[in-house]
Amino acid sequence: MAILDSKVPGGSLESKWDQHKFDIKLVNPANKRKFSVIVVGTGLAGASAAASLAELGYDVQNFCFQDSPRRAHSIAAQGGINAAKNYTNDGDSVFRLFYDTIKGGDFRSREANVYRLAQVSNNIIDQCVAQGVPFARDYGGLLDNRSFGGAQVSRTFYARGQTGQQLLLGAYSALSRQVGEGAVKMFSRREMLDLAVIDGKARGIVCRNLVNGEIESYTADAVVLATGGYGNAFYLSTNAMASNVTAAWRAHKRGAYFANPCFTQIHPTCIPVSGDYQSKLTLMSESLRNDGRVWVPKKVGDERQPDQIPESERDYYLERKYPSFGNLVPRDVASRNGKIVCDEDRGVGSTKQAVYLDFTDAIGRLGKDSVAAKYGNLFDMYHHITDENPYEVPMKIFPAIHYTMGGLWVDYNLMSTIPGLFVLGEANFSDHGANRLGASALMQGLADGYFVLPYTIGGYFAGTELDKVDTNHSTLKELQNDTKEKSEKLLSIKGNRSVDDFHRELGKLTWDKCGMSRNAEGLKEAKEKIPELRKEFWQDVKVPGTNGEFNQELEKAGRVADFLEFNETMINDALNREESCGGHFREEFQTEEGEAKRNDEDFTYVAAWEFQGTDKEPVLHKEPLTFENVKLTQRSYK
Amino acid sequence: MNLTLKIWRQENAQSSGKMVTYKIENISPDMSFLEMMDVLNQQLIVKGDSPVALDNDCREGICGMCGLYINGRAHGPEYEVTVCQLHMRSFKDGDTIVIEPFRAKAFPVIKDLVVDRSAFDRIIQAGGFISVKTGNAQDANAIPVPKDNADLAMDAAACIGCGACVASCKNASAMLFVSAKISQLALLPQGQAERDKRALSMVRQMDIEGFGNCTNEGECEAECPKAIKMTNIARMFREFYRSTIFTEE
Repeated sequence: MAILDSKVPGGSLESKWDQHKFDIKLVNPANKRKFSVIVVGTGLAGASAAASLAELGYDVQNFCFQDSPRRAHSIAAQGGINAAKNYTNDGDSVFRLFYDTIKGGDFRSREANVYRLAQVSNNIIDQCVAQGVPFARDYGGLLDNRSFGGAQVSRTFYARGQTGQQLLLGAYSALSRQVGEGAVKMFSRREMLDLAVIDGKARGIVCRNLVNGEIESYTADAVVLATGGYGNAFYLSTNAMASNVTAAWRAHKRGAYFANPCFTQIHPTCIPVSGDYQSKLTLMSESLRNDGRVWVPKKVGDERQPDQIPESERDYYLERKYPSFGNLVPRDVASRNGKIVCDEDRGVGSTKQAVYLDFTDAIGRLGKDSVAAKYGNLFDMYHHITDENPYEVPMKIFPAIHYTMGGLWVDYNLMSTIPGLFVLGEANFSDHGANRLGASALMQGLADGYFVLPYTIGGYFAGTELDKVDTNHSTLKELQNDTKEKSEKLLSIKGNRSVDDFHRELGKLTWDKCGMSRNAEGLKEAKEKIPELRKEFWQDVKVPGTNGEFNQELEKAGRVADFLEFNETMINDALNREESCGGHFREEFQTEEGEAKRNDEDFTYVAAWEFQGTDKEPVLHKEPLTFENVKLTQRSYK
Repeated sequence: MNLTLKIWRQENAQSSGKMVTYKIENISPDMSFLEMMDVLNQQLIVKGDSPVALDNDCREGICGMCGLYINGRAHGPEYEVTVCQLHMRSFKDGDTIVIEPFRAKAFPVIKDLVVDRSAFDRIIQAGGFISVKTGNAQDANAIPVPKDNADLAMDAAACIGCGACVASCKNASAMLFVSAKISQLALLPQGQAERDKRALSMVRQMDIEGFGNCTNEGECEAECPKAIKMTNIARMFREFYRSTIFTEE
């Protein structure tokens, strides 16, 4: 085990980033075009990075597996983006945003990274407004804010319930401008399947062209992964159908450490599961908790319709247990309490795996029109999916996997343990610790892409000897062959079970044993079962068609094969972390009141796993976390 | 529910396609349309047949990747809903459902129900942006935007780029899509500097891609899953004529 060097610069918390930007060696403007960068992914992090690097003059190639860069899953984020603008005059500041984020992450993230995130948050809002992002405004024409979980100030900027869409289209427009000018070469419908590490540095990728099945390779002086999170490890999640861990996992197999994979976030306000055929879960923004009140019947097994249950027989459990934050407690707290009441058999709806989110009071106080103006599209979406009108009947909600805080380990410069491989956005682990606060994912994706990487990548180029590498290099030829063989192998098994069938089984096992709460016994059981399932997959999966065509089943098979390896690492990490923190709730470690109980003495570190081989135990490396500016406290939202 | 599906099958862009009939049973009315297609595909895979290729991703009605022509209508029978948010309760037991790709000269078929909509990307690349480099922005509140304009811009910006407008139009016109972006940026003070150049470049690219003209029939607005209004097309024409006067091109 080695101690990982985070390369956090010295100096005071407030001065680190500014000083670091000054200290980073620069690449002369005329020389920038001599450096090429591959960016994989076109979400908030990928598109903003590709556009910003191209604006600086770097030669950029950008890849996405969707048909257009505008489809990346950042687009589905609803609620908003945080910034420390303090436009509402309610006492916000960079330090407060930093503090809320560190505390919200249950003190398992790096102080310097989080502070930098809070610092650049204001630049992001400025940048997006300049691009024409239509944020909500008040009658004076100035920007409006709303509140979000885990904060007592109003600092969230939003564009109706489609903030992610609007920010992504902003980044996409900046990217499109660079594509139009020829500064970015855009490759859509390409899936990255391997990373080329040459002379110890990331120098290229191997992709499958999803239209014709050709295995292609591309080279560059640095590779940037902005490939999102691994929520689909659980099969049912709020992620898009094709979101996957493949790019990150293949990079992990080439030497990039995977950090804190057990830190996954369960979002409290999703539409409950309705049947076995369910393909994904739909999230509704937690901004709904601003005005909606969460409750279940006080009585166990109460079968009455919600309007038949009088006030005195309702348990507004979040308001009761957490009077100061009420319905706006952080996501992990809200989710776990939802599970607790359902476990007590006080859940509602046909499956009893749901709680009410009730807008009756808000409609009475603000009027239906005001509620519609704030949440109209969310109410419509709920209505479409469930066939129930939330203006009349309380919504039913249940937690679902939504975001993954874990990801590839990166240092302060966002570089992984492979020199020249940078990782941005949800794909890295760096800023959210054990739990992410609402409206912080958009902030981090854009911070990394617009305002961090464009500086730090220059330092890498200026200080590194890079030989010329092209696609005829033997390493790339080998990887291309390996990739082709792997596809052929998947197609040749011709077994009896479909890819989805395996994915569903793996996901359920992972959700049951490593979901909202975990214990050693269950985790050990999963650790035994996953290799068995993996073995069965490679003997009995049925993938139709050929490699040389548009073949969506083959795409899925490759992704599920990777989840079958990755999920075991997630289980290992959850077993190793013998404490509860944020989204990682180990049943053995809780306070008397049933809250997460951290073990700061033994676990104030980032767990970064090094791959040793598919059926071998990974090696754990630690990055100790030091807190010089905040005091570690037991989180309390009471 | 038991249903008969008539689905367009086409091996690849070069081959010619045909309608193929499938029977499907025990479909729950609470399933989404795409979950019904998942069930069909699972059955085809187990039988050793080739599953039906179709684009979809977020299944939340926002990414714009899904798009099927169902019983002669883009995204099916409901208004303001994408295919992924359409549920089987919109159909009746015993129905025959005809499923085709979005058809337009500018959207060539890749396979079965999957089409190539990269023409939309090229239209945005031609001018659907405000030229502001990262780091050049002034304070966000230094540019007040009247609320009405901000709301109208947001209405237009809600476009998901799915192409339903093109598929629904007898001329395969992309004007609703193009005008939504032109409107959004023309309505905002930040978009003024490039206003004329933008309208000209985007319209020119739209023509190059082979989309048709608008003959004011309004199928696009009726079928748009995000309720983008045709008034944007009127605004686009205004912007376009303005640009022909105020630019030298």
